[in-house]
Amino acid sequence: MVIFSVYVVNKAGGLIYQYDNYVPRAEAEKTFSFPLDLVLKHHDEKVIVSFGQRDGIRVGHAVLSINGVDVMGKNTGEGKDILEYLRDANNYPVSIRFGRARLSSNEKLMLASMFHSLFAIGSQLSPDVGSSGIEMLETDVFKLHCFQTLTGEMVCELFDQNLKGALEVAEKAGNFGAGS
Amino acid sequence: MTVHNLYIFDRNGNCLFYSEWNRKKQAGISKDEEFKLMYGMLFSIRSFVSKMSPLDMKDGFLSFQTSKYRLHYYETPSGLKFVMNTDLSVSNARETLQHIYSNLYVEYIVKNPVCVLGHNLDSELFSSRLDAFIRALPYYSPRAA
Repeated sequence: MVIFSVYVVNKAGGLIYQYDNYVPRAEAEKTFSFPLDLVLKHHDEKVIVSFGQRDGIRVGHAVLSINGVDVMGKNTGEGKDILEYLRDANNYPVSIRFGRARLSSNEKLMLASMFHSLFAIGSQLSPDVGSSGIEMLETDVFKLHCFQTLTGEMVCELFDQNLKGALEVAEKAGNFGAGS
Repeated sequence: MTVHNLYIFDRNGNCLFYSEWNRKKQAGISKDEEFKLMYGMLFSIRSFVSKMSPLDMKDGFLSFQTSKYRLHYYETPSGLKFVMNTDLSVSNARETLQHIYSNLYVEYIVKNPVCVLGHNLDSELFSSRLDAFIRALPYYSPRAA
């Protein structure tokens, strides 16, 4: 029973506060020999797995570190391009750590604004009169509860799927909306 | 306890089928625009969920609820999307949507040599069977609660 994170969004859709309480790290580190049997590609300034899912390394996982040294975006810790580095047979055997990429603060800002719009569309497409925006969004891994205060701010909390009775927490937390 | 409406979208975003039973408020835009808005919203929600999710997901986005209705979502591996709006008392309609896909869509549309996939589903048999199925659901009542 875990709260993953909390986002507070203001009336205009901008993220004003974000807190990560518990970020589970699903990572896999393996040693590879040439040639690499995973297909990697550039995506959003990161190198991610596009094909070749195996052994805990899923499609969509990003390269987190090479030989123990954390990568910086598309380049290794020393500044060489990762895909070039992995095409060179002399660099093998190499140990690479894969995992879900952590969200950068820019990405969090974008996701919060995106949710703000989805919240409004959920209200517009309602088949019933007088509907609010999205209050709870459910996936098989987490539940997102959203509470809108009287001043228009939204507090969104991501919960573990096993959590019950989370709405009281969100309502209590909603009473600090000061200004917009 | 009621079902408001049902949409079926194909993988390209075309609305193949729409039917309503108990809808009290129209969206205020034309039907075509409403379908595009609904598809766009679902596409964005799916992308939002896959970025936001702290762990790897298997089924992805399942449903969301507002103060008045609940939207249930089911996507087949071929990209066909089933979207059903019900009231708040229905907690899980995933099996219902799966049943609609495997027992109604596959049987009456896919196996029908006259029906062209990717266009509007104009099979009378499919519409009437779907209507009968929805009305027979335990959580459906003709008088909206």
